[in-house]
Amino acid sequence: MQHVIVGAGPAGVIAAETLRKKSRNDSIIIVAKEPYPAYSRMAIPYLLAGDVEENGTYLRIDANHFDKLEIEIRLNTVNRINTREKTVTLEKGPDLHYDRLLLATGSSAIRPPISGMDSPRVHNCWTLDDAHRMLSEIRARDRVVLLGAGFIGCIVLQALVSMKLDLTVVELADHMLARMMDHEGGKMIKQWCENKGVTVRTGTEVIAVTEKSNQLEIELADGSTITADHIVCAAGVRPNIHMLEGSAIDVDAGILVNNQLQTNVPDIFAAGDVAQGPDRSTGDQQVHAIQPTASEHGRVAAFHMSGDASPYGGSLSMNVLNTLGLITSSFGLWDGVDGGDRTAVCDTAGNRYLRLEFQDDLLVGALAIGLTQHVGVLRGLIQTKVRLGNWKKLLLDDPSLIMNAYLDRVQGTRA
Amino acid sequence: MHKSLLIDPAKCTSCLQCELACSFENEGVFNPAKSRIKIFEFEHGRKAIPYTCTQCEEAWCLHACPVEAITINEETGAKEVNESICVGCKVCTIACPFGTVNYNSDSGKVIKCDLCGGEPQCAEACPTGAIVYVDSDWTGYLRMRDSAVEQHS
Ligand SMILES: Cc1cc2nc3c(=O)[nH]c(=O)nc-3n(C[C@H](O)[C@H](O)[C@H](O)COP(=O)(O)OP(=O)(O)OC[C@H]3O[C@@H](n4cnc5c(N)ncnc54)[C@H](O)[C@@H]3O)c2cc1C
Repeated sequence: MQHVIVGAGPAGVIAAETLRKKSRNDSIIIVAKEPYPAYSRMAIPYLLAGDVEENGTYLRIDANHFDKLEIEIRLNTVNRINTREKTVTLEKGPDLHYDRLLLATGSSAIRPPISGMDSPRVHNCWTLDDAHRMLSEIRARDRVVLLGAGFIGCIVLQALVSMKLDLTVVELADHMLARMMDHEGGKMIKQWCENKGVTVRTGTEVIAVTEKSNQLEIELADGSTITADHIVCAAGVRPNIHMLEGSAIDVDAGILVNNQLQTNVPDIFAAGDVAQGPDRSTGDQQVHAIQPTASEHGRVAAFHMSGDASPYGGSLSMNVLNTLGLITSSFGLWDGVDGGDRTAVCDTAGNRYLRLEFQDDLLVGALAIGLTQHVGVLRGLIQTKVRLGNWKKLLLDDPSLIMNAYLDRVQGTRA
Repeated sequence: MHKSLLIDPAKCTSCLQCELACSFENEGVFNPAKSRIKIFEFEHGRKAIPYTCTQCEEAWCLHACPVEAITINEETGAKEVNESICVGCKVCTIACPFGTVNYNSDSGKVIKCDLCGGEPQCAEACPTGAIVYVDSDWTGYLRMRDSAVEQHS
């Protein structure tokens, strides 16, 4: 049996390792197009901040890790999938046969279609190549505009502040982190950033960029202009699916996969950021584009590729983020459900916030700011769908009892 | 055979010796806020539960880590955080559904129970036997017995 995995991010690497555990004899080949050892995109901010060297972003520390496991990594690009012949067409060299194929190609950063965004003074922050260019071209005290204050934008923001830049953030939505935080929490984060000396402009967008005498004139929709040395663009991504053209593999926002992470074409699976797979909260198919889902997908896909039909209830959408020292997290259906109940405690002065969302007596979603201890129980409670019983009423009155509710209901350590 | 921490809440008097011993062993200070084991009180302190990582089989924290900072100590079975590799991204703190990996804002890294390399100080410090370090099949046996008792009572 020959397994071919496209992509050496967390989804592809964990799939390969799991396949090897399941089978000693199968041949496992990872095809990856970036000229680096397998690395984690999410470690890039720590490289920019100078917290780690480049090898600190590698997924596996031992340089011989993959050799020892007899996992072959080939530096190449997959350009086409020939489902009838069961081969992939590579940029260099002959077609490669697969018995089972895993697409773990992730996504790529996009630039919004604004004139001037093709200037060399505009950077993405998505790959190690991007990080190298940022580190060599952006100097301390440069004026930098960060485009986008979503999840990735806010992570990058932290790194840019560590680089000691004169930073302005521009975000189209009316608050920061629009997809992982409500209005209340978004306001708190914005205030926090401003207190730390970062200018944040929400509810406006860049409409044109012009390069003049080695600087950028950035026009905003509200009529104002910002002069800056660089733009860092964190304004969205798109899945890497161009190699599917002409293949009959179903695609929506990502590659559509069922609860075995199989596509509609036999023997072809997808995992990680490129996959639109089952969401545990809704049962719908969603692109999560987060590390925990990528690693979970990698394992689950490998189980099914090796013929092990262990059930998979979908991944839980969740995020954790450090914005200049303010720690935020979100879980599941944090914006609530129809007919559900909600409770929140907000301590604006203390920069703490906790919001819980219930359906009947189940916790279905949560938001937290300033919570760093035992935060994982929010996942535990949502994922195990444990009935809260009397605790629901207690939590509606005082959400901070969450850990007690958890211990009593999930651990069954009845006090 | 690995050993595990066996916790019997009925014996816990909430004296905090475990938290003090843990924080001293791992952080060099007697400060319950830095402990990896935590006592939760119920009914206004009438009942208490010491709570820490069970070194679970699934190892959610380990699989979610983007930089291989969490590894298994083959001798003890503990999932250990290597501080020099941890970048402080906190993904493990949300991935662990038991909530037993915590972020330490002083170090900018995460911390969790590592069984003190095989000599867990919480168990040594516990004066009532609420926390003991025993062969893993024992904890399984007692858990089974307890749940059987619960179901039949
Ligand atoms: C700056 C930054 C910070 C982040 N921070 C967080 C965070 O804090 N928490 C979190 O949960 N997530 C975070 N993420 C998201 C996280 O990194 C992704 O969810 C994760 O990397 C997805 O893993 P993956 O394996 O699916 O894809 P990727 O990591 O994108 O890997 C895809 C692989 O496929 C290869 N590839 C693509 N196309 C081809 C082709 N045609 N042929 C061959 N190879 C190909 C790529 O080179 C790469 O090796 C962050 C991302 C970035 C960029």
